[in-house]
Amino acid sequence: MSLILEGFLNTVALTLLSFAGAVLAGLLVAVMRIVPVPLLRAAGAVYVEVWRNVPLLAWLVLFVFGLPEVGVKMPLFWTAFTAIALYEAAFVAEALRSGVNSVASGQGEAARALGLSPRQSLRHVILPQALKSVVQPLANIAIALTMATALAGVVGVVDMTRAAQRINLELAQPLLVFTGVGLCYLVMAAGIGFGARVLERRLA
Amino acid sequence: MFDAPGPRFRRRVFWVSVVSGLVLLGLVALGLRQFAAGGQLEPDRWRPYLTWPVWRYLLEGLWSTVVAACATGVLAMAGGLLLALRPNRFTRAYAEVMRTVPVLLLVYVMLFVLPSFGVNLPLFWKLVVPLALSHAASYAVIFRAGVSAVDPGQREAGLSLGMPDGVVTRLVVLPQAVRHMTPLLVTQAVSLLKDTSLGYVVSYTELLFNGRVLANYNGLLIQTFIVVAFVYLVVNLALSRLAHRLEAARARTAR
Repeated sequence: MSLILEGFLNTVALTLLSFAGAVLAGLLVAVMRIVPVPLLRAAGAVYVEVWRNVPLLAWLVLFVFGLPEVGVKMPLFWTAFTAIALYEAAFVAEALRSGVNSVASGQGEAARALGLSPRQSLRHVILPQALKSVVQPLANIAIALTMATALAGVVGVVDMTRAAQRINLELAQPLLVFTGVGLCYLVMAAGIGFGARVLERRLA
Repeated sequence: MFDAPGPRFRRRVFWVSVVSGLVLLGLVALGLRQFAAGGQLEPDRWRPYLTWPVWRYLLEGLWSTVVAACATGVLAMAGGLLLALRPNRFTRAYAEVMRTVPVLLLVYVMLFVLPSFGVNLPLFWKLVVPLALSHAASYAVIFRAGVSAVDPGQREAGLSLGMPDGVVTRLVVLPQAVRHMTPLLVTQAVSLLKDTSLGYVVSYTELLFNGRVLANYNGLLIQTFIVVAFVYLVVNLALSRLAHRLEAARARTAR
């Protein structure tokens, strides 16, 4: 039973930490893709295309088994965290970018006509509106990330899915164990969805 | 969004470009130094990836990946269509559950649970069935969103012209729904192709699993998985490009 608890805590920790990391890195990439500097735009685009077109499992394998060979040694949990956060950052960046693009162009033009500087118009006109339309996509990414943390189990992190598989070998109670773990994921996703709805109402 | 840049702004863009270019170069140099220090840049460690037998093995893996992805796609789309056409409490709950439970958990159920109940499928289906079960829910959501994005006036107009209900659906609603869905269908196809990498867990000989076998055999771990990642990248980029090309061609003929 302690194994299941360890797995559950690892999954929760991995989800929260890598989501925070993904939002930070994704914000950076999204800014790179929006600023009027061609070089940064290109770098941001390359980042997004490379990370989201290669399976997360391939990234995890490359990071967990490959990084030690080039002299980067980290605890397993943090290696998995890095790979997941960098992978999901590509999706976060796209969500943020399309949030900014979804603000009607008339809004930016109106701000400009009022004499606001680019920075002012971003801060007071564009971003507040973009923020609201970005909540739901980000919540979907968070739910996908919760599911994605299960892949960390394949490379050795004892997460909830991995724990379920191990316990099943001992207990031979497959229905109970796997349904229970499935329910845990459901509850986590429901929590994220609920939080997103509350946040959306606050921002409205 | 912004005014046409003036001289001061252009100067600032120039300096930002220079600084960020240096930072990016520095990062690349740091990475290369790290690789060189581990001896990973030795030509000997990369040469096998210029030979045909190695590539034939990887391409065989890629072929299995594509086969599994196609089988999953067909099954998942059929399932998604069924789910989308019958919106009731059960199908909604199914979609909700499948969109939150990791595919890996379903794969484990296939691998470790069902055999003890006497259900022991071949490896291929142990990978395809969980993927199809999970992706069917995503397809159902896409289909439903695509159909509801079509203006209801379109259906009403068709009906008022005296077309039967089925004809309206087929000739008026679906073609427009497909146009709304195309970007999502492409994203979904890419995500499906990526998910077949779970063959690594099932021991189905797809691209990532073959990469593992190859790395175990020749000990060139980093090189192998970088090449494998590159193959995934090329295939998925080609898939997205192709879809955009088709979409553009269709948009031209539609007008």
